[in-house]
Amino acid sequence: MYDSGKIIPGLIIFVLFITIPIWYNRGGGTEPPKPVLPKDAKACVLPAAEIRAEHMKLLNVWRDEVLRDGQRGTVTVDGKEYPKSLMLNCMKCHTSKKQFCDTCHTYASVRPYCWDCHLAPVE
Amino acid sequence: MDTNRRNFLKVAGLSTLAGLGGTAVVDRLVAGAGMAQANTGASQETAGAAPGKPGAIRYGMIIDIKKFYQDPGLGEKAVHACHQFHNVPNFPEKRDEIKWIWMTKFENAFPERPNLYPDEESASKKLPILCNHCDNPPCVRACPTKATFRYDDGIIGMDYHRCIGCRFCMAACPYGSRSFNWRDPRPFIEHLNHDYPTRTRGVVEKCNFCVELVQAGKMPACVEAVADSKALVFGNLNDPSSEIRKILKENHTIQRNPSLGTLPSVFYIV
Repeated sequence: MYDSGKIIPGLIIFVLFITIPIWYNRGGGTEPPKPVLPKDAKACVLPAAEIRAEHMKLLNVWRDEVLRDGQRGTVTVDGKEYPKSLMLNCMKCHTSKKQFCDTCHTYASVRPYCWDCHLAPVE
Repeated sequence: MDTNRRNFLKVAGLSTLAGLGGTAVVDRLVAGAGMAQANTGASQETAGAAPGKPGAIRYGMIIDIKKFYQDPGLGEKAVHACHQFHNVPNFPEKRDEIKWIWMTKFENAFPERPNLYPDEESASKKLPILCNHCDNPPCVRACPTKATFRYDDGIIGMDYHRCIGCRFCMAACPYGSRSFNWRDPRPFIEHLNHDYPTRTRGVVEKCNFCVELVQAGKMPACVEAVADSKALVFGNLNDPSSEIRKILKENHTIQRNPSLGTLPSVFYIV
């Protein structure tokens, strides 16, 4: 190989450079978020894994059912009735947007625009 | 090809007949489709069968103007109850104003009924106006995203999630019932009602006939606020035995600019 003395150090520098995010963040900064769960409520409308993955879809389904189709009834889970509402249902148990919603949303860098209109509970 | 004048004329004649007949059939088909398109989905079914169609709901309201003339505090109460419940902001500048229900003079509410010699009350006092929840709503037809739409019970709703702020509906509404959020409304709401969302900058809003209360079996906030006086009566226009129909039968009522063909669901006792 011609000029291996320049190419090999160059390659090493290049690899180190593009892997900056990996070694720079090694050790710190990757703590998974720990949302604070409500103390008095034990059950949610869906099992934890499902609600964690699907809550945004569920909220959209509720929104369309309630607002557009006028189906303003409740959903019954384990004999308990829940209104189909972010403000009137979810946030009644999860009383802190900062300690619940925002922990994961900030971590995952998603900025849902729910709160442009919907009101978070007073903290 | 061997052809003579006689055969040529036969073919030409037949083609002309087929052409004329064909276009007539096509015209009829196109006309039929056009008519269906001109009407806004749900309203077509209910508008035709409007009064007294059993089972069908079309919510409406009666506003007794005289009662509002007699007691100016009444209108204030109704407006306050609505704006308080729905988190309607109070902007200091008139140009930013957001209104769902508001008080205005007769000549402004009914500009198509000018009177050279109006009575003193009409000239000086105010009556409430709000969205007419038309049975043939021009705003619904104008909306490109179906953010404003007609519920099966006749209420014209707003889906702020879909509103892109184009304001076509504001141009389409002949009653000025719609307001645009030029600024973020939240800092200008005096007392937040935490059971109802606010709006965001860049959406159009209007009276929703308290659809969230009505569809839960309650009365609209403004009606509830002046319930003692019966100045506002809300009910099902399609039910011949409802209170609202009884009052309509007993009193001469007027609608705002009915000649436009929007079929308003809000009636005024003059």
